[in-house]
Amino acid sequence: MFPIRGTTRLAPTVTRLVVEAPRIARIRKPGQFVIVRLGEGAERIPLTIADADPDAGTITLVVQRVGNSTADLVALEVGQALQDVAGPLGKPTDLIERGRAVCVGGGVGTAVVHPIAQALSAAGIEVTSVIGGRSREWVIYEDELRAVGEVVVCTDDGSHGRKGFVTEALSELCAAGGLDAVYAVGPVPMMRACAEVTRPYGIPTTVSLNSIMVDGTGMCGGCRVSVDGTNQYACVDGPEFDAHQVDFALLADRLTTYREFEQRSAVPAAPAAGTARCAAEVR
Amino acid sequence: MDAMTQDDRAGEDGSAPERRGTDGAPTARPHAHGAGRERRTARGGLSTKERMAIDRQSMPAQDAHDRAANFGEVNLGFTEQLAMLEAQRCLLCKKPTCIEGCPVRVNIPQFIELLARGDLAAAASSLLSDNALPCVTGRVCPQESQCEGVCLRGRTLRGVPGEPVAIGHLERFVADWALEHADQLNGVMPEPSGRSVAVVGSGPGGLTAAGELARRGHQVTIFEAFHAAGGVLVYGIPEFRLPKEIVQVEIDRLVQLGVEIRPNSIVGRTYTLAELREEFDAVFVAVGAGLPVFMNLPGENLKGVYSANEYLTRVNLMGAHRPDARTPVLTGKRVAVVGGGNVAMDAVRTARRLGAEDAVIVYRRSRDELPARLEEVHHAEEEGVRFQFLTAPLEVLGDETGWVQGLRCARMELGEPDESGRRRPVTVPGSEFVVDADLVVVAIGTRANPLLTQASPDLPVNRWGYLVADEDGRSALPGVFAGGDIVRGAATVILAMGDGKRAAAAIDEYLRGLPAAAPVTADAG
Repeated sequence: MFPIRGTTRLAPTVTRLVVEAPRIARIRKPGQFVIVRLGEGAERIPLTIADADPDAGTITLVVQRVGNSTADLVALEVGQALQDVAGPLGKPTDLIERGRAVCVGGGVGTAVVHPIAQALSAAGIEVTSVIGGRSREWVIYEDELRAVGEVVVCTDDGSHGRKGFVTEALSELCAAGGLDAVYAVGPVPMMRACAEVTRPYGIPTTVSLNSIMVDGTGMCGGCRVSVDGTNQYACVDGPEFDAHQVDFALLADRLTTYREFEQRSAVPAAPAAGTARCAAEVR
Repeated sequence: MDAMTQDDRAGEDGSAPERRGTDGAPTARPHAHGAGRERRTARGGLSTKERMAIDRQSMPAQDAHDRAANFGEVNLGFTEQLAMLEAQRCLLCKKPTCIEGCPVRVNIPQFIELLARGDLAAAASSLLSDNALPCVTGRVCPQESQCEGVCLRGRTLRGVPGEPVAIGHLERFVADWALEHADQLNGVMPEPSGRSVAVVGSGPGGLTAAGELARRGHQVTIFEAFHAAGGVLVYGIPEFRLPKEIVQVEIDRLVQLGVEIRPNSIVGRTYTLAELREEFDAVFVAVGAGLPVFMNLPGENLKGVYSANEYLTRVNLMGAHRPDARTPVLTGKRVAVVGGGNVAMDAVRTARRLGAEDAVIVYRRSRDELPARLEEVHHAEEEGVRFQFLTAPLEVLGDETGWVQGLRCARMELGEPDESGRRRPVTVPGSEFVVDADLVVVAIGTRANPLLTQASPDLPVNRWGYLVADEDGRSALPGVFAGGDIVRGAATVILAMGDGKRAAAAIDEYLRGLPAAAPVTADAG
């Protein structure tokens, strides 16, 4: 069993869980994920590790309520436990070794980009984070990212930071020059738009893909994505890929596979970043 | 040893098993040689002629129409009466070819003779000493190409085709009896050897090796990537063919032997092979060939195209067919399954049970080349599965919303035999047609799982990513052994079990050859 050591409501449907998982806390690297299962009969849910404390033996997971299964996770309280946590899974982020990087986070994707920004900063990279949400209450991980560099906050309604999409701020940073890498995690349309922003500048851009998966070890093939025209498995070949090679339209379409099942779930939909909501948008 | 007391009989039909205390425990271990000697004197009174006169007993099964709508087990199992009658068909050959035909070398005539005599406890002990998972193999082995394939009774005599002894059904009967009468089998805990072995993967190969090693007194820890142990036995093979409850009992038996199972442990991610080699005296790698192979055809990424692995895992492991399931699975009215092996049969029969009106196997060769077990093909046909032979998909067709609509296929004809000895299918020009389908399941094979091997660069693999190991499972690294699909490529449960058994013997030998462990001192501890 993996006890819950802390829970924090970050946004209306987004909760941060601190979970005791000592081994994973010790060995996980930025970009990696776990698959959790609440208990008997529960679904296996992939969640990117947002943070870890090796001394306390805990990892941090950020969950957005999308359907029944994520609703159960969001409702967890200290004293309860996850039956299964498997990982760390996926390949770690390919971090640049010198220069300047921009980390773009949309909605819960901001929690995923956080460990990347942390690691870059720790390696001496100058990091600027561009994070977005529909409105003030949907912006998460702002303070944590300020601890590792400059942060530009964007909201759709202008209720916090600047009004507009993260892509506009990213575009300005690209135009100003001097960027060596961009890491973007968020809803598919946001990642796709970021890829188009950086493409003309030739800035290496990494995205973390949230495709649907069961086992997370390469066995189901459900998470297959097309990268540079060939199929890759997000769970073992990714989850991070070169944004300029990803077929985002295919990914977005495949993410709607179980929409009918989710709509049957009792939980009302709650869009995160004002762009799109998708099936596996739980990290 | 052979005497059957009234007590034994009472316990056998379940009427009074509780009465058996430790002093009343049956003497369950048969003499390996004794059974052979008695063959000539105590054949239960039957002559060869009398044995030859008994027809093969058929397996009681759920009605095909009923079962095509439920997940209950298809075969219902022999009654004791049927089992004993069938057992009497065995001619107790002096040179039993059936043992040679069995990848784990079960002493088949011995357990069958004990069964024919009604000594079920002895039959069970005999079987269990040879085979760690008899409930499983009695249900899923391709007996027709192994033990039953070489059974003397299967030979054609004077133009009349024979019928082999139903060894698989008898194995199942004895193994199931053993599950229900565990109290009548003497479970002696082995003397601890002081050695430890890590087994990576809890499929049939890993479980077999674990059982064999634990019975030799070694401390075994199994590392399993999923949340539940069993590997392909739980995620791959459906409930209607192998009830998960039975797999669990077999696993529980290992746990009782002292085997530790660590779920959620992915070697290559959670642990490295190097760490396991540090912590354990030996490692057995049996991670399987779990990566699905796709057809590489246009349209294969459309919604509604599953690998068989994904489709079966959602149903078998995650229970997606249950009304209260949290894990979804797509269901179709017209389901096309591409492939002709056991996995394809499992998938297409699952589709029928999930409500498919048209469930069709699309296979590029003909019926004669189907690699699936005969019984699975028969069962599928009885359940209304359609077979589209000599048909090869060219493209997966979709609608404007990205959902699969069908398969564009070509008709094939069989040409010259290829390197596998099977006749190579050749496209018939101008023969294209469409198989309508709202769900497509690709069951054309699997390949090596790369997680462990990629993280262990010092472990040699071949060009297909399979581990290189000798016949007894020894890899190039001292103390590291491997077997099952990760060595031989996708094969059967029983072949993986055979590998596990042989590797366990080699591991045991290796462990015995190790220098005596230094005594643990307070400082070192």
